[in-house]
Amino acid sequence: MKNFEYTIKDENGIHARPAGMLVKEASKFNSDIVLESGEKKADAKKIFAVMSMNVKCGDKLSVLIEGSDEAQAEKVLYEFFCNNL
Amino acid sequence: MEIYNGKSVYGGIAIGKIAVIGAKEEVIVPVSVANTAYEKERFKKALLKSKEQLTELYSTAVETVGKESAEIFEIHKMMLEDTDYIENVEKIIDEEKIMAEYAVSKTGQEFSERFLKMDSEYMRERSADVTDISQRVISNLKGKIPDGQKLCEKVIIVAEDLTPSETISLDRKNILAFVTAGGSTLSHTAILAGIMNIPAIVASNIPVDNSLDGSIAAVDAYSGKIYINPDNALLTPLRKRLDEDKKRYLELSKLRGMETKTKDGKKISLLANISSSKDVSYALENDAEGIGLFRSEFLYVGRTKPPSEEEQFEAYKEVAQKMQSKTVIIRTFDLGADKRADYLTFEDEENPALGVRGIRLSLENEEIFKTQLRAIYRASVYGNISIMYPMIISEEEVKRAKLISEQVRNELKEKNILFGNVEEGVMIETPAAALISDKLARMVDFFSIGTNDLTQYTLAVDRQNSRIGNLYDVMHLSVLNLIKMTCENAHKNSIWVGVCGEMGGDIDACKTLLSLGIDELSVSPTKILPLREIISKIEVFPKG
Repeated sequence: MKNFEYTIKDENGIHARPAGMLVKEASKFNSDIVLESGEKKADAKKIFAVMSMNVKCGDKLSVLIEGSDEAQAEKVLYEFFCNNL
Repeated sequence: MEIYNGKSVYGGIAIGKIAVIGAKEEVIVPVSVANTAYEKERFKKALLKSKEQLTELYSTAVETVGKESAEIFEIHKMMLEDTDYIENVEKIIDEEKIMAEYAVSKTGQEFSERFLKMDSEYMRERSADVTDISQRVISNLKGKIPDGQKLCEKVIIVAEDLTPSETISLDRKNILAFVTAGGSTLSHTAILAGIMNIPAIVASNIPVDNSLDGSIAAVDAYSGKIYINPDNALLTPLRKRLDEDKKRYLELSKLRGMETKTKDGKKISLLANISSSKDVSYALENDAEGIGLFRSEFLYVGRTKPPSEEEQFEAYKEVAQKMQSKTVIIRTFDLGADKRADYLTFEDEENPALGVRGIRLSLENEEIFKTQLRAIYRASVYGNISIMYPMIISEEEVKRAKLISEQVRNELKEKNILFGNVEEGVMIETPAAALISDKLARMVDFFSIGTNDLTQYTLAVDRQNSRIGNLYDVMHLSVLNLIKMTCENAHKNSIWVGVCGEMGGDIDACKTLLSLGIDELSVSPTKILPLREIISKIEVFPKG
């Protein structure tokens, strides 16, 4: 089990485009990847769930990763967040 | 053979297949089924088909509109891969023992409501994406072609009316003609047809429903007639006319590279009106001597926030570079009235044409205005750019706009950002501006008369109202007097004056304008070469 925290810097939050990109990245891994923000939770491989979280700029997000390739997933997703959100 | 009539807004002939866009969807009635496994199988197949279509659309769109705009199709595909969505459809089929179309439609509604409940306007608008993907699956379930897929081949587009954002996303190569039920001679469809050289008929009695989809039709946009399943007797003369048009086109293209001069030797600048940086290719193809009107507001419509400085900079830079050292006049965003952008709050106005539009809106939203001016100034080092302010009625407005542009220049200087020498002009499109043109001429570098609005405001005739279309007369003496006055005041102050309305296309109007002293004409790209020919036959100062 790996996890990291990230504060969203994109002024639009996780809107459609980055949500799509995130789902695409997350789907490359076997691990279960869950996003958490406050009370809200979403499977990072499901675009409706990710978009429905309605994550905004300044929101703090926890990314929980569990599975065979969790170390690699953590590294790639952290980079993805830094570059895109 | 069926015949429909409408109003021609751009002449030409087209023969081909019809694609109906945005037809009213039939209500899906819930039909019970016994074999739910079969329905789920149908759903799976439609899903697969939809995803294939989206993959195809994505790769076409990457080429035509660029990767960033094309990504929406990838997102749509992901939505169709979302197991929550799929499971919800299957659950409805199983629990309600109902046909797949209904289950998809219901799921689409449920999911789009989730977005509609959100507090961000951007997210609320995503509900349209959910409706769109569900509609695509339903079309495929019914064995029909979804709207977005219809433009993958050459077609005659039949629609209620086309919105500005729709018109921008269309691929020119595949459009044979436009036929709309609504719209007017001045609608977006008409503007686009003029830029792209596409035969167009608006305000027609054609039924916008899917039954016409795929039928063969002949469009005669000279007479405003649409023939469905035309017979040979009819097609023969139309084909002949089509050939003649092609010959005429070749004839006119000989005028490329020639100067625009009247018969008695007065040099006239003949420029193009464009709505996006994509249109520059049409301007160049038709040998425009510059861009007389870049309608920058089209960068602002059909989106959820204003275009960034960077995005605008790239668009203006592209136009300036492609036009090399030729004049490029960028009109600052002329929103309001019939052109709305959701992020600029518009209260319902009793009289939008007389409401917050043009420069009024810019001065109310100074930050957005400044962003645009910064982008324009930064792009100005790449070519010969001028700025034009729309909807002016007073010296005060010009003073304020110029003060803001001066602030922008000062800020750029402080940051050591280069910019070129940018002329500032105003549109004369209200009687007020024409009547004080002596004062305005001392404040600016040029005038451009917007004949469409000037006519509408002078005659108090709504240019969108087809019932009083016959009262809309750009050659009305009152309008001509205002133009004359504007020309005289411009020349007294040694500035040039142009016309950027859709006037001047016919020989009489053109002759009148030139004799009133107009120095420059800016028209749809496709009108440039015919106009160059007309002008060469006109004497501005007839002898005797």
